[in-house]
Amino acid sequence: MSTASLAKSDYETPNRSWYKRNEISVTPWLFLAPAILFFAAYVIIPIFQSFEISLFAWDGLGAREYIGTENYVELWDDPAFYTSLKNNVIWLILYLLAIPAGLFIALFLNQTVMGIRLYKSLFFFPFVISQVVVGLVFTWFYDPTFGLLNTIIGWVGLGPINVLGDPTYVTYGIIAAGLWPQTAYCMILYLTGLNAVDPEQIEAARLDGAKGWRMLWYVIVPQLKPATFIAFVVTIVGALRSFDLISVMTNGGPFGESRVLSFYMFEVALSEYGFRMGYGAAIAVVLFFIMLFFIAYFLYSMYQDERGR
Amino acid sequence: MRSILKASAMALVTSAALATGAFAADKLSGDMKIFLDTSNPAPRATFEGIIAQFDEMHPDLNIETTIIDRDGYKTQIRNFLTANPPDVATWYAGNRMLPYVKTGLFEDVSDLWQGELAEQLASTKTALTIDGKQWGVPYTYYQWGMYYRKDIFDKLGLSEPKTWDEEKANCQKIIDSGAKCYTIGTKFLWTAAGWFDYLNLRTNGYEFHMALTAGEVSWTDDRVKKTMANWRELIDMGAFIDDHTAYSWQEAIPFLVDGKAAAYLMGNFAVDPIKAAGLTDDQLDFYQFPLITEGIPMAEEAPTDTLHIPSGAQNKEAARAFLQFVATPEVQTSMNASLGQLPVNNQASVNTDDKFVQQGFEMLNGASALAQFFDRDAPAEMAKVGMEGFQEFMVRPDNLDQILQRLEKTRERVYK
Repeated sequence: MSTASLAKSDYETPNRSWYKRNEISVTPWLFLAPAILFFAAYVIIPIFQSFEISLFAWDGLGAREYIGTENYVELWDDPAFYTSLKNNVIWLILYLLAIPAGLFIALFLNQTVMGIRLYKSLFFFPFVISQVVVGLVFTWFYDPTFGLLNTIIGWVGLGPINVLGDPTYVTYGIIAAGLWPQTAYCMILYLTGLNAVDPEQIEAARLDGAKGWRMLWYVIVPQLKPATFIAFVVTIVGALRSFDLISVMTNGGPFGESRVLSFYMFEVALSEYGFRMGYGAAIAVVLFFIMLFFIAYFLYSMYQDERGR
Repeated sequence: MRSILKASAMALVTSAALATGAFAADKLSGDMKIFLDTSNPAPRATFEGIIAQFDEMHPDLNIETTIIDRDGYKTQIRNFLTANPPDVATWYAGNRMLPYVKTGLFEDVSDLWQGELAEQLASTKTALTIDGKQWGVPYTYYQWGMYYRKDIFDKLGLSEPKTWDEEKANCQKIIDSGAKCYTIGTKFLWTAAGWFDYLNLRTNGYEFHMALTAGEVSWTDDRVKKTMANWRELIDMGAFIDDHTAYSWQEAIPFLVDGKAAAYLMGNFAVDPIKAAGLTDDQLDFYQFPLITEGIPMAEEAPTDTLHIPSGAQNKEAARAFLQFVATPEVQTSMNASLGQLPVNNQASVNTDDKFVQQGFEMLNGASALAQFFDRDAPAEMAKVGMEGFQEFMVRPDNLDQILQRLEKTRERVYK
């Protein structure tokens, strides 16, 4: 081995490893690998598993039986499914009220007076406490015998209204409870957004004679677009995830009138009397496509923003 | 050889237990895991007591008890039976155990239902039998019936009704006095099923009720409609408290305590919370659900709570010994005295100081047959849709035809 004794020259091509040679292109993948792995295992693969299970009759314990699209056929004329779907739509629409409500509270709180930090945190408080607690508080608030709501409307000679026991009011009652923390969430998003509003533009608008609503609509709101977008996303997602409040406040009742798709899915597949994994998976698939519609829209608009820059 | 030894050890153990209530012969060792749904204070203490007693008799046995919230247990049982089975688990008799029996998750314990013990537990044998085999051992049951305000009845000059007409006449007088006849909280649905069960048992009898919950009769049958018509008479009178859909069964108790309602159709487990809410034995009394159709024998509801061995249990020998121990008259007597319920073993004695237990014991002894409860007699899915329908009927009785058609559609799918 004569070469072994040769001194290493600086000009010699170093014997670089494969990793060293490909470092730039490989490293991002290495960092992404854990996330990709878990996202695949806990999100992507289960989606396809849901598709598969929805084609079976299965109680979750014994053998499964392939029944093709029968679950979907049954879903097609299941009145409980349409009630849930209708409630989902009501949730989606009314939950969006959290965005303007959050904006107005944010505008109201966006000033410098003594103790404003305390007021802000008080307004943010409902978002901090658990949804279960919100549900319980509103259940008591609505209680037909001792609830605050019926005491108040009793003063003007109305009521009592059994909000959570009456099929006509129940969904609205739960949405009102859900709006409480959701408004707080949108408020905090807008408060941060308002910090970024350019004072020079406001000054310029003022010189041009804009004030009040025109100022808000043409000068402030356009500058809050990123905050509005995020508020919109979290509110839509929040509306579609509306499970805990329903579970705590009514358990889907009375006679299933306050169910939404996610709750109905839980009820048929996983609850005390639910043993129909296939049917539950079929509902999940429908819910997935509804969500996919929104997700696709969000991704598209985010993509447009990126390109626009 | 091993099984002979085991059997004789078992026989020895049983006879020793029967004779003295104490185990002398004792070969049990290893670990035993027990999962219980007895999360309420009294049942919890009861089980802890008897487990300590069993532990003392088997010093080599290491018992590990897990108590799970009663409602949480109902959904968790699926997971732990398949993934991490204990050696002993509580559950309910009737069709409620069918999903676990069908999928082989419960162990066949027919061998325990032999000889003397079988005779002593005979009253619940059918409720624990599926496919001719027994799948568990009962530890308690309790009666259902009308818990009523005796002081209100006395004030209005009413007596315990024996027939449907008397029941309705009483109710009319209570309504005229400005109160409601019955409190109920249907938020969690099953309370309405108690009414349906009793009305159907009294209108059409036990055989029909069982055929209906077993899916053999159509829900649009005229006999079902007759039951519902009887129910409707009470609804139209305004017999039930308003807004019952907003309350749980516990939240319905204050109406009885405040005198806004005069009676509560419930299981005997309600006595404890009612008394805790302030009623005394002088104010609260019990009567049997009255006769509706002449000539139909009086069957009663008596939900039975049971112990089972999961088929994946590690220490089945100890589990069997524990089930046998719980079934003995001595243990059943002491357990049910502290539970405030009825022992299943006919050699056990009831607590005669408790007038509700005493009355329930007499009523069930005279019963022509015992039903479990709607959600234990009917399969899970039928029970859910059915109870939802009953709740809707109590609020919107005009929807009856629609409701029954929905139940019928479910029946056609569930029982095929």
